Amino acid sequence: MQASFRTVVCLAAVLTAVAARADDLKIGLIAPFSGSETAGLEMDNGIKAFFKLHGDVVAGRKVIVISRDAPTPAPDVARRLAQELVTRDKVDVLAGHLFTPTAIAAGQVSTQSKTPMLIMNAATSGILAKFPYTARASFTVAQTTAPLARWVAKNGMKRVFTIVADYAPGIDSENAFQREFVEAGGTMTGSIRVPLDTIDFASYIRRIQDSETGGVFAFLPAPDQAKNFIKAFRDAGLDKKGVKLVVEGGMLQPQITATLDDDAIGIISSQHYSEDHQSQENMAFVEAYKSVSGNRIPTYISVGAFDAMNMLYKAVEAQAGKLDPVKSVEIWRNMKLESPRGPVSFDPQTRDIVQNIYIRRLERKNGILTNVEFETYDAVKDNGKQ
Amino acid sequence: MQFIGVLLDGIAYASLLFIISAGLSITMGLMQFANLAHGAFAMVGGYACVYGMNALGIPYLAMLPLAFLIAGVFGLVLELALYRRLYEASHLTQVLFTVGVLNVSAASAVFLFGAGSQPIHLPPYLQGQISFLDANISTFRLFTVVLVVAMAVVLASIVQLTRFGAQLRCAVDNRRAAIGMGINVDRLMTIAFTFGSALAGLGGALGVQLLGLDPSFAFKYLVYFLLVVVVGGAGSFVGPLLAALIVGILDTASRYYAPETGSFTLYLLMVALLVMFPNGLYGRAR
Repeated sequence: MQASFRTVVCLAAVLTAVAARADDLKIGLIAPFSGSETAGLEMDNGIKAFFKLHGDVVAGRKVIVISRDAPTPAPDVARRLAQELVTRDKVDVLAGHLFTPTAIAAGQVSTQSKTPMLIMNAATSGILAKFPYTARASFTVAQTTAPLARWVAKNGMKRVFTIVADYAPGIDSENAFQREFVEAGGTMTGSIRVPLDTIDFASYIRRIQDSETGGVFAFLPAPDQAKNFIKAFRDAGLDKKGVKLVVEGGMLQPQITATLDDDAIGIISSQHYSEDHQSQENMAFVEAYKSVSGNRIPTYISVGAFDAMNMLYKAVEAQAGKLDPVKSVEIWRNMKLESPRGPVSFDPQTRDIVQNIYIRRLERKNGILTNVEFETYDAVKDNGKQ
Repeated sequence: MQFIGVLLDGIAYASLLFIISAGLSITMGLMQFANLAHGAFAMVGGYACVYGMNALGIPYLAMLPLAFLIAGVFGLVLELALYRRLYEASHLTQVLFTVGVLNVSAASAVFLFGAGSQPIHLPPYLQGQISFLDANISTFRLFTVVLVVAMAVVLASIVQLTRFGAQLRCAVDNRRAAIGMGINVDRLMTIAFTFGSALAGLGGALGVQLLGLDPSFAFKYLVYFLLVVVVGGAGSFVGPLLAALIVGILDTASRYYAPETGSFTLYLLMVALLVMFPNGLYGRAR
């Protein structure tokens, strides 16, 4: 009995191993699936939405996603996961990455093992330079912030205070905003970098009051920080005194706007994707995403995953089922896509994404707080490392 | 006059830290039990409050005592079922056990309420700001301070004036002598643990607005709760109260006056205080 049980277990193991066949196209997805981050799920649903619209077979190869959990930005975990995916699971392409540190760690593995990699989020400027087989399907924070600074200057705000989360993307956004805003003739009234674990913003609001600023630019994308800052801003009555609040769009992603009240209506933000974007591609995407995710609203992270899949399919099709690292990157750097976010292309020099950045206003639409796009900056490049 | 405003903001923050940490001080003083999972009871109170308000439509002011009760019951059950088995165990065992409780509580919160941070919609009369001595302070912070001061008075009266309080002080001072005098220290511990959990639950419910609430809450504030108890001196109420005020006011003030230093000022002072008072401000040498 014992022996036969063991046989069954062995057989089962063999069978599941066979289930992933040698000619399958394997994607090694590294993202947070546990803990308080939901990005892994958003990427997974973005991929499922792509499968729903375009099938899970490309150039005769079935596409299989092998997910690995990297719940925090810890680079050593991501490096180990990437190594296991490449050497043991023999994946054809690495993907995922909410955080820049995990993207950098896996990027090193991608470079050493010549495995192509597609970044679905990680938005720090300049990280592609060291990794020749990597492309980015998401955005950079400098890219989404710079047009907002120009818009603010053009629309009559002369004095602005910046408050950003104290980590690489936050500092990118602070630099991008200040550079563009001062260039356009504006004056900075002050700036604060907030530690990532800060929840209580009372002291910072008082500093903003002291500065007698006309406007505030904020980039605090952690949900608790975003929500609490917006609440503290309203509670202090700054908006009633005529101080305008503009934010990078990551602060108004759907999971955050769901926790806000009507007094948040009117906040201006800039980003590359809103679920409300008016286009055929986006309507099809939103519908597919809702059907695979139990009626969730797609986020910019889901779109990053969706477009990365599109890039992957196009590269595999062009190589008749193969995925050569050098050729794939060659294809990606010259690629043009119709994405749910709008037209997307790539900078042939840096391989970084070029896309429209939209200025949006938070409004209640069909009962839901939604970022409604009202102005477009066409084909914006990342200028974070100039 | 931003100074008074900053001071009041700091006191409000300190009030929350104190109400959540008070129970921890007693369990650590009474049993030398290293309970790292204390924040989980605050989290229970917080989630109870948010769920009761958003899903069941119970008003905020009614939810506060309910959060107190629910977290108390939670503490009672865990004490009877799990904690009391480990009072005699080594500190390492206790730490491993309570870290386990922390992880289970975080995973349960994700499972039951999702990974995101929880929204709270305060009643209108607690929103906005009022002017106080030329300074603007948010109505909610003032409400928090008043409520916690009231709770602290009740707490002090229980400890100083009742028979239970006398037994508790006796057991903290010398547990063996207390047992020898016929005091049922086990039962005392159960009551103190339950009450401490309930207070944490109330603090958690009050704290949703100022501290936020997500599944990592108990981890995120663990350092602060431990700071308050260790710097204040485990086993007393006055020590943690003083420590909470120092942590709360200093943390808030350093953010206003020197935001570029981050939490550096706070931790520097904590190190200095612990070097000067290794047993805490009100702790006794053991």
